[in-house]
Amino acid sequence: MTANGWLQIAVFFLVILALTKPLGIFMEKLFEGRGTRLDPLLRPIERGIYRFCGIREDREQRWTEYAISLLVFSAVTLLVTYLIQRLQGWLPLNPQGLGTAHAAQGAAAMTPDLAFNTAVSFTTNTNWQSYVPETTMSYLTQMLALATHNFFSAAAGIAVAIALVRGFARHSAEAIGNFWVDLVRATVYVLLPLSVAGALLLVSQGVIQNFHGYTAATTLEGGAQTIAQGPVASQEAVKMLGTNGGGFFNANSAHPFENPTPLSNLLETLFIFLIPAGLTYTFGRMVKDTRQGWALFAAMSVLFFAGVLVTYASEQAGNPMLAGLGVQSQASASQPGGNMEGKEARFGIPASALFAVVTTDASCGAVNSMHDSFTPLGGLVPLINIELGEVIFGGVGAGLYGMLMFAILAVFIAGLMVGRTPEYLGKKIEQKEVKMVMLAVLTLAASILLFSGAGAIIQFAKNSWVNPPGPAVANLNNGGPHGLSEILYAYSSGTGNNGSAFAGLNANTPWFNTTIAVAMWVGRFLMIIPLLAVAGSLARKKVVPASAGTLPTHGSLFVGLLVAVVVIVGALTFFPALALGPLVEHLLMQQHKLFSMVMFGWWS
Amino acid sequence: MIVTQESSPVTLMPLKRRRARPLFDPPIVRRAVRDSFAKLNPAHMLKNPVMFVVEVGAALTTGLAVRDAFGGAADLVFTLQITLWLWFTVLFANLAEAMAEGRGKAQADTLRKTKTETVARRCKSGNRVEEVAASQLRQGDVVICEAGNLIPGDGDVIEGIASVDESAITGESAPVIRESGGDRSAVTGGTKVLSDCIRVRITSNPGETFLDRMIALVEGAQRQKTPNEIALNIVIAGLTLVFLLAVVTLLPFAQYSVASAGAGRAPSVTVLVSLLVCLIPTTIGGLLSAIGIAGMDRVMQHNVLAMSGKAVEAAGDVNTLLLDKTGTITMGNRQAVEFIPVDGIEEAELADAAQLSSLADETPEGRSIVVLAKEKYRLRGREVAEHEAHFIAFSAQTRMSGVDLDHRSVRKGATESVAEFVRGNGGIIPRELVEISDRISNSGGTPLAVADGPRVLGVIHLKDVVKGGMRERFDHLRAMGIRTVMITGDNPLTAAAIAAEAGVDDFLAQATPRDKMDLIKKEQAGGRLVAMTGDGTNDAPALAQADVGLAMNTGTMAAKEAGNMVDLDSNPTKLIEVVAIGKQLLMTRGALTTFSIANDVAKYFAILPAMFMVTYPVLGKLNIMGLHSPESAILASVIFNALIIIALVPLALRGVSYRPMNAAALLGRNLLVYGVGGIIAPFPGIWLIDRLLGLLHLA
Amino acid sequence: MWKQWITAIRATVVLSLLTGLLYPALVTGLARVLFPRQAGGSLITVNGKVAGSELIGQKFTRQEYFRGRPSAAGDGYDAANSGGSNLGPTSRKLIERVQADAAAFRRENPDFHGPIPADLLTASASGLDPHISPASAEAQAARVARARRAPEEQVRRLIAARTEGRQLGFLGEPRVNVLLLNMDLDRAWPANRPR
Repeated sequence: MTANGWLQIAVFFLVILALTKPLGIFMEKLFEGRGTRLDPLLRPIERGIYRFCGIREDREQRWTEYAISLLVFSAVTLLVTYLIQRLQGWLPLNPQGLGTAHAAQGAAAMTPDLAFNTAVSFTTNTNWQSYVPETTMSYLTQMLALATHNFFSAAAGIAVAIALVRGFARHSAEAIGNFWVDLVRATVYVLLPLSVAGALLLVSQGVIQNFHGYTAATTLEGGAQTIAQGPVASQEAVKMLGTNGGGFFNANSAHPFENPTPLSNLLETLFIFLIPAGLTYTFGRMVKDTRQGWALFAAMSVLFFAGVLVTYASEQAGNPMLAGLGVQSQASASQPGGNMEGKEARFGIPASALFAVVTTDASCGAVNSMHDSFTPLGGLVPLINIELGEVIFGGVGAGLYGMLMFAILAVFIAGLMVGRTPEYLGKKIEQKEVKMVMLAVLTLAASILLFSGAGAIIQFAKNSWVNPPGPAVANLNNGGPHGLSEILYAYSSGTGNNGSAFAGLNANTPWFNTTIAVAMWVGRFLMIIPLLAVAGSLARKKVVPASAGTLPTHGSLFVGLLVAVVVIVGALTFFPALALGPLVEHLLMQQHKLFSMVMFGWWS
Repeated sequence: MIVTQESSPVTLMPLKRRRARPLFDPPIVRRAVRDSFAKLNPAHMLKNPVMFVVEVGAALTTGLAVRDAFGGAADLVFTLQITLWLWFTVLFANLAEAMAEGRGKAQADTLRKTKTETVARRCKSGNRVEEVAASQLRQGDVVICEAGNLIPGDGDVIEGIASVDESAITGESAPVIRESGGDRSAVTGGTKVLSDCIRVRITSNPGETFLDRMIALVEGAQRQKTPNEIALNIVIAGLTLVFLLAVVTLLPFAQYSVASAGAGRAPSVTVLVSLLVCLIPTTIGGLLSAIGIAGMDRVMQHNVLAMSGKAVEAAGDVNTLLLDKTGTITMGNRQAVEFIPVDGIEEAELADAAQLSSLADETPEGRSIVVLAKEKYRLRGREVAEHEAHFIAFSAQTRMSGVDLDHRSVRKGATESVAEFVRGNGGIIPRELVEISDRISNSGGTPLAVADGPRVLGVIHLKDVVKGGMRERFDHLRAMGIRTVMITGDNPLTAAAIAAEAGVDDFLAQATPRDKMDLIKKEQAGGRLVAMTGDGTNDAPALAQADVGLAMNTGTMAAKEAGNMVDLDSNPTKLIEVVAIGKQLLMTRGALTTFSIANDVAKYFAILPAMFMVTYPVLGKLNIMGLHSPESAILASVIFNALIIIALVPLALRGVSYRPMNAAALLGRNLLVYGVGGIIAPFPGIWLIDRLLGLLHLA
Repeated sequence: MWKQWITAIRATVVLSLLTGLLYPALVTGLARVLFPRQAGGSLITVNGKVAGSELIGQKFTRQEYFRGRPSAAGDGYDAANSGGSNLGPTSRKLIERVQADAAAFRRENPDFHGPIPADLLTASASGLDPHISPASAEAQAARVARARRAPEEQVRRLIAARTEGRQLGFLGEPRVNVLLLNMDLDRAWPANRPR
């Protein structure tokens, strides 16, 4: 690890720290309806949307109605996305003729299961991509079917988080806000302005933004190179800001057109944490105690730095087997050293490690390097980050409500130890809250473990149409423990709504498309609905005034406790699986053990 | 039997009190061992999801052991040992619960002995009396009880006065007075009339008497899970499911790994069951109900009868404590503390006159004046009869009392009345009299002017005396975040002075029952939980409204019905101890849950490398305890897991130690002991068992 | 309930228009005005023909050119099919590939001794990485100079000129754009330009 590497990480963190408060205040004013500085410009648009949709701004909803609105909206947008994908061949803005008979060679088919997987993926803020975008999706599909979800799913996530916070902030109340109003405000006031500014910053660095067809170039050596084009910057900005992560290109943020310079890379990394970090402050303001928000911020920061440390250290240490082949593993002034497989030369090790940790701390899933090629421990961190529930700043909204879920659990177990019915922010944590939180924890664990378990051993018959015949693990790109990590990562990423991948797994088969789609749906809505129920239940409660007997939830003790609960719940659940994946792979790598794909004799 | 315990006013620590029964009382243990087998019934186990999973696992490995016994598998001995210890795990948990219940049952047996069939003398119309069995009495019947009779049922005295021995219920051998009307009219079935004769109106039907309910309560027959217990059950059931998922899916992952490494074999069902049992929170799962029962039991040992576990739990949550001034905070009587003479009068003369006027005054105030005079001026009580003394008793009209002797007429009383008396005798009123009186009033005391004929001598300062150690108690409560409010009928001035002296946070002066009720409602509207004590019928609505209502056993039946706890000793300060027990109950649950989950870390380190010793020998690096074989590692973990339940039974029954301190300090301390301790403890434990297994050649 | 569906459909329509069409159109318009070159892909034209993009790496196989990094995009630097190798650290395929590439490198660059810079033997994430580390360029300098029949000194000077430092002084890694460096070679020694 180099001093310069840590400087980049420190600058990143300090910028986030500096932006947390102003953005937090802005969002608090926005969602509490207290007016913002952008009102003169955006208020007319907001009112226009309400008028068109018949939304009554002043009418608040109970949690059930709020949840139904969210579900109905998700269902409608899901269907629209599915249809646009399937019909893209007949729709405009499709210079490559994708989905038509005259598509170029190598263009991929838009099968029903792929369209379904993708629609679920973007609706749930996952942006898992079973497809290669540049050979599959037309510009219109990318903009109208996919990028729109980058706004909607992010705005919905913010809405849910705000609703949950209202549950804490209110007392003896039935309503937790109006979903439609929260959705529109998050879109119009938060995501859109930031995206416009972000997109232009990215274009200045070289991110493309056009509607040209793919460019045919003659290379210096006289070969032909087809250069993919498209409206990238507009999608790129919101992809990061909304922690969506679905790349315009297959290589995602590693692609030079998505992320051309170290500065664009820093911007994109910042965009991921920007809103989630700001929301912690919004939370503090809404519950009238900003220390509570900073406590969450601190817990997140601890976990963030722990992840960065491990990943950066292991990636810089590199692969001992390559060193054995005469490859330089030490960094120097003129070359990066370390494990550069699957990393871009302009980013090097620290910026790649940082990006990998940030994108999985949040539920973003954009990648500027290929996690599949990380060292075992370097890859373990992204995997664990996802399995911990992506609560380290987390997805926009999702990170906050996920962390609040853990806070409820931490308060419940540890709160008993001060001899009181546990309470958080003056709200007693009782059966209903605990039940809903456990339901969410259980759902995530079940989805990841059961699907991965099935994936590890399931086999398909000769005439199977859901997957090529043979074992599902034949879809992997790596054998040995790493293969297990690939499966585990796929369902963790799906369930956690992350979207990044150990991309060696060929997941574009009906089996994987469908099971991962189910995992994504379950991971999103079986988390959101219980938490909205918690919001409703909390809002109805009275506030217990704090006293010396109240467990303080803003000090370092609570921060430590929260971190411990997050780590312990995740570690205890996934330790066996991780031990057989990344952990044992790390130990085997030290012994120079290699694995190839031919090894499966036991199903013949 | 219930033993009264000396009250120790300063401690908040229930644990420091003398214990009524040793923790492992042999008869209780014997019965508990028997019961723990009876509790293996799956229908019973189903109520406890964690232990139910263990039982299913044990049944599963039993089946495998039987199969292997006939099939002749190599690891039969291992399977048998695991099976045995899994059954022990279940039995140990059952034993803990049975022990806790056993203590209640033993108490119930003692109570039941007093419930012998008694004969009641029921009044019929006219003046006729018939003899009926007590069990035939119905609500509204009137019975006559004479000296030597057992009172046949709960009721109110409607005529007469009697001294009653209530030791069967309270353990207190000193008789108490019961009389018709007022707040001392309630009598309890099974208690004995010692003198006189009373008529009692029966207030409860057979099977519903106080004694019946008490027996049911201590037996735990009516025990329902408390809200917090249910919530905790949800958490540990959820964790159990999570671990079930982790273990079940370990099988396919293992199969993949075995195929990929081309070595070893996937773990057997026995091993997977062992891992599961070690991971699920069996420690808290096994002890949870014991903790709840033991909490009730601890309350009982303080001679407080809680009508539900919920009430005890709520006590831990109390934010506001309403305490009656009289009898709780102060001694209950005003006492003379000072003689203040007016100008020109010697203090000794005043003291002499004051004493003289009080010699025949049998009120506590009067006696305290005599005592003060004696202590301060060595004035002895004189034989006054020889002086042809004529004593004037206090009356509401004159508001004075005193004595006429040897041509003197000494009076003491309310300042205005005494001033009137002096003026009537042609005397003049010195200006200081009013000044001194006002000063005493302002400080919360009561001035009692003393005059001898036309001469004003001075003022006696009467004061409510705050019980020793109360200030410390209130400081402790404050540290725990509990606010104390003193309820008094005094005027605000007096109340403020006493409140300041006792160190309570707030007071309610000139309180009527209605004010008390309003205060409770106001506190509750602010989200606070309120506890109070009461004994009178007019306290009943407030007792019912409060979250924790501790009724005095000496109080009326209405008060006892309205509250959710009854203090058999009728000591209002008990409320503070009940609060401590409630907190201890919740803390014990939290501590054991944390401990249970923290234990899992070590178990993973023991079992996982053992499972994959052949497939991935390199995982042996995780075997940081250096356990000597895979079998012994797994067995040692299972044994540790079972033994820790037994080891923690005393903690569960006694509760974790608790000292009043603020929440952050308390949490820090408990996290260190039960969290960090819970992570570390199993490492040496499992290591030791592993060594022993090796020495005994068991694995 | 029914009303919720109507609201949802209307919201989908209006918000899709706003975020799916108006927003990208606005960004496109602004980008075209403010940063026309970048928005169009930073294309390089040689003799009026598009020769590639300065941001997109190209496949170089000849001795006279500097090589870029191994690419897993399509059959190598396929700019319509980006991606990495996705080979894990214990993949036999990865180790064998690196072993073969290392051997080939040492064969082609006999003057080079010592450990080979990591980036030169590892596939980039995008498969389109336009850069190599300065050390990787230096490692090839002797070979390129020999193939070009040019003084090695001058080739090294070109490398130095093409070396970009860390952005803003601390961001990213020092790097050399292979396509631009190779174009520099062609400009410096046009006669030796491979046909």
